[in-house]
Amino acid sequence: MPIAKEKLEKILTEKFPQARIKVIDLAGDNDHYSVAISDKIFSGKTRIEQHKMVNEALKEILGDTLHAMQLKTSSND
Amino acid sequence: MTNFEQIQKTISENDIVLYMKGTKDFPQCGFSAMVVKILKNIGVDFVDINVLATPEIRQGIKDFSDWPTIPQLYIKGEFVGGCDIVKEMSQSGELQQFLEEKKCLPSK
Repeated sequence: MPIAKEKLEKILTEKFPQARIKVIDLAGDNDHYSVAISDKIFSGKTRIEQHKMVNEALKEILGDTLHAMQLKTSSND
Repeated sequence: MTNFEQIQKTISENDIVLYMKGTKDFPQCGFSAMVVKILKNIGVDFVDINVLATPEIRQGIKDFSDWPTIPQLYIKGEFVGGCDIVKEMSQSGELQQFLEEKKCLPSK
């Protein structure tokens, strides 16, 4: 079950209000996304911790309406 | 032995362990294949655990690391990441550096 790009962006923006967020629909099918999030709240955290924060923010849709996501996180510094 | 004990034993007895779908010679998932390729390119040997052959480990490893997806790479008992993280780390050279720090690189 796909999710619209705008909806995914809206959820991420709400969860990470200060972040720079880039969402790419990889296959053009609203089903396979590449997500890049740059946010200073990631500073000092390992990549695993950063990814877990994003997974947690998306837990209601991950594996459900959000089928596949490539994720890249970084802190702003 | 519980699943967690089994996993703990595997990752402590082996320097590099990849929990994956399929085997390193016959990966059955593109993301697993990608990590295998990265490790082979670096030239390190690793133990592959095929989660498709062991359903209890397939779920167990996700609970163990609190990480929702396979593959999962462990170096010297430490969870390093899945496909995205390993790929990013290999592109930036961090993975090679990490392997060197952990004395896992083959001697030249």
